[in-house]
Amino acid sequence: MESSTLPAEKFTPKELVTDQDVRWCPGCGDYSILKQAQTVIPDLGIPRENIVFISGIGCSSRFPYYMETYGMHSIHGRATAIASGLKASRPDLSIWIVTGDGDGLSIGGNHTIHLLRRNFNVNILLFNNEIYGLTKGQYSPTSEEGKVTKSTPMGSIDYPFNPVALCLGASATFVARSMDRDPKHLQAILKRANEHKGASFVEIYQNCNVFNDGAFEVFTEKSSKKNETLFMEHGKPLVFGENADKGIRLDGFTPVVVQIGNGVSANDLWIHDEKDRMKAGILSRFFDNPSKPDHLPRPFGVFYVEDRFCYEDKMQVQIDEMKAKRGEGDLDALLRGKETWTVA
Amino acid sequence: MERQNEVLEKVIIKFAGDSGDGMQLTGTQFTNTAALFGNDLSTFPDFPAEIRAPQGTLAGVSGYQLHFGSVEIFTPGDHCDVLVAMNAAALKANLRNLRKGGTIIANTDGFDPKNLRLSGIEEKDNPLENGSLDNYRVIKIDITKMTRSALTDSGLGVKEIDRAKNMFVLGFLYWMYNRSMEHTEKFLTDKFGKKPEILKANLDVLRAGYNFGDTREEFTTRYTIGPASIAPGVYRNIMGNQAVALGLIAAAKKSGLPLFYGTYPITPASDILHELSRHKNFGVKTFQAEDEIAAICSTIGSSFGGSLAVTASSGPGIALKAEAIGLAIMLELPLVIINVQRGGPSTGLPTKTEQSDLMQAVYGRNGEAPMPVLAAATPSDCFHMVYEACRIALQSMTPVMFLSDGYIANGAEPWAFPSSSDLAEIKVKFAKEKNAGEKFLPYKRDERLSRPWAVPGTKGLEHRIGGIEKQHETGNISYDPANHEFMVHMRESKVEKLADYIPEITPEVGNAKGKLLILGWGSTFGAIKSAVIRARNKGYDVSHAHLRYIKPFPKNLGELLYAFDQVIIPEMNNGQLVRIIRDKFLIPAIPYNKIQGLPFSAEEIYAKIEETLK
Repeated sequence: MESSTLPAEKFTPKELVTDQDVRWCPGCGDYSILKQAQTVIPDLGIPRENIVFISGIGCSSRFPYYMETYGMHSIHGRATAIASGLKASRPDLSIWIVTGDGDGLSIGGNHTIHLLRRNFNVNILLFNNEIYGLTKGQYSPTSEEGKVTKSTPMGSIDYPFNPVALCLGASATFVARSMDRDPKHLQAILKRANEHKGASFVEIYQNCNVFNDGAFEVFTEKSSKKNETLFMEHGKPLVFGENADKGIRLDGFTPVVVQIGNGVSANDLWIHDEKDRMKAGILSRFFDNPSKPDHLPRPFGVFYVEDRFCYEDKMQVQIDEMKAKRGEGDLDALLRGKETWTVA
Repeated sequence: MERQNEVLEKVIIKFAGDSGDGMQLTGTQFTNTAALFGNDLSTFPDFPAEIRAPQGTLAGVSGYQLHFGSVEIFTPGDHCDVLVAMNAAALKANLRNLRKGGTIIANTDGFDPKNLRLSGIEEKDNPLENGSLDNYRVIKIDITKMTRSALTDSGLGVKEIDRAKNMFVLGFLYWMYNRSMEHTEKFLTDKFGKKPEILKANLDVLRAGYNFGDTREEFTTRYTIGPASIAPGVYRNIMGNQAVALGLIAAAKKSGLPLFYGTYPITPASDILHELSRHKNFGVKTFQAEDEIAAICSTIGSSFGGSLAVTASSGPGIALKAEAIGLAIMLELPLVIINVQRGGPSTGLPTKTEQSDLMQAVYGRNGEAPMPVLAAATPSDCFHMVYEACRIALQSMTPVMFLSDGYIANGAEPWAFPSSSDLAEIKVKFAKEKNAGEKFLPYKRDERLSRPWAVPGTKGLEHRIGGIEKQHETGNISYDPANHEFMVHMRESKVEKLADYIPEITPEVGNAKGKLLILGWGSTFGAIKSAVIRARNKGYDVSHAHLRYIKPFPKNLGELLYAFDQVIIPEMNNGQLVRIIRDKFLIPAIPYNKIQGLPFSAEEIYAKIEETLK
């Protein structure tokens, strides 16, 4: 069962909108992510019927209902496992997993890391709002230490996951971060994720204006954004700051913030190399709480890209090898087996 | 030398020794020789639970039971007639299963002080010497010594020589039961063709064993078991798990769908994965997932994409899959879930058999979550019933639970295998066009109440499905109270409607009415059938019916049950089918239970029949 190989019929972002009312809370960051996906996807050259959105459970997981493609709203944490089976069976499909910090890192954490190491060619969009929204406001595995929520009136004693570092640890071949409030950047990252052959993991900071409003404010508000964020571009120096006047330099293995000028030029800075796994590891640890003095800025963009074989391709290679060696399976020979006897 | 020749109807031999003694191979060779000769037979291997249990200990005993005869054989047998004991531990572990007066073939070297100590027997209590075996016929042979002396000039090392000692036993038994060695000679030639010295050693020891019987005067009797009058045809030997794998491949081939098998290793189901992974040239995709939940979820994804998708596990794994099974029921996607049952609860008895999970199969999910449930009766029946499970899943767009258990999964029997053209058609029709004017309704139903299967890649049929309650026909999310009740009834009706498409139940043995019906399901088949035949021969009015379709039941089951004064339901559990039968048919069905990790013996069932009808 292969889908058509004819040139994709063009469709518009409007044609990706379903007849279902979008039911997220007014002001939710999910609206922007949906909009960016619907804007970018028609330009990817993929036939609409070959696109599948699979989600688990949570606010973000309503996403497939609003995309006029094939879709499945499954059970909590399992979208990644379902997508793995679908991709293994149907390498021809473009599969997008929509999950959240609870769905993808807590109840479904195991499937997430295993999908990444197997490197199925799919895209994972993890909406991180650092809270459980659909169950009305408990802390999540990405909530910061001390977080006061309905289930942690004295503050959370859980130490949070660092999703980017976790995925790098699981040998992901594409790891990126973006945010709901920067449409252009998010669109660019979605395109990059799609271009990458292998499992693409995109963490998207997403504001939950009801239960965790302002969680990422410092990265998204004009007043602080430039000083608190670091937009990485491959082959370019790591520069940030209000007037692009600050940069990151590596002092041994230790990243330090330096002021550009006074003899320090952009050329002296760390040049971002997406293919450098070690440096991606260091960048993933730019994870300080922004309220901490002398903290590093939070990186956005592509941390790491690697070319590695995809599970579904090798699976097919083995089938082809076996067919070449033994020929197409003969059912009657299989049923007969090696040894028979005749009763007259 | 003048020898007596005694004709027997059937014999049960148990080969028992240390894991390294090659008893499985010896058993299999004798089995194949018996099969080629035309005996009917049934076998059961009995592996230690530990992978490499210490040599010589009780935990390390590996056994293989063979029941063969000139009459029909339905089970691997209750008590053995001949026990081959390669060491003290093998004797200790199996003596209670030897019938009084039975024969013990003991390797005396395996009863030396060290072996006695390892099996927990004090040296002074050596059973070969203390008279405790006086009620049996004991044939003592120093098999190790005999093997070594047969191979003095072979140039092989002691380790290699000792490895051939199972061939001595095999040769001796071939002599005792008047069997040709031809099959085993050919087998050894194929196996060791490239190692002539090993081949010669094995052949020499095999013949030495045979000649030992032939030349020793103490062996005055040989036995003949004539061929059985079994239905003409071409046969092969098959184990239950192997039959499952073949059934799945056959269903994939006949339906024209790729087979996707997503699973997580678990005893006693893993052999299905092993078998399937060897047949990639059929396009089979096997996926060893990270856990049981991922295993079933991968198959749900695969099924959404248009594959024949199958997952398998045993009780604990099925428990983990329960939520995803519920999702498959809501999605109404075809899926086959195989449960090779074992003793429970929790980890329970992983290597022992039990009909542990019928309730779990029928009821074990959150919400009203009906699903067809099928069960195989014998090793070869696994082929037919798993094929049926695939057919039902694909034609009614539903997950189906297929039940096997450790007993039939590892047991083997002769099988008059079908040809591919004999197998029932499996028609699969993917939706290609909109089914409601300009719209596509993913939950619009056909006469079987089955919904269309529209796979990704099909232009114009883009749609979304999910685990939230859905509106009739459109599949859109719906919280409407009346719609929910309607959909609950709809999903139940869809499963119940299958009763129109499955065979009615007819007694295996006996009549469709009478004093007593023994109603079984699953692997109790052989024991019940043997017992009922025996009871009928003694004049008892008893019949045997066996359920292969448990949800839904065959349409005429009620009629059959009501036609008997009493119904006994033997189960290797604490009474599961009996509760479902009582609930559905309001009859005082009598439970008869055995929960020891062991199958029923025909004797036990016979005794129950006698007790009831006397």
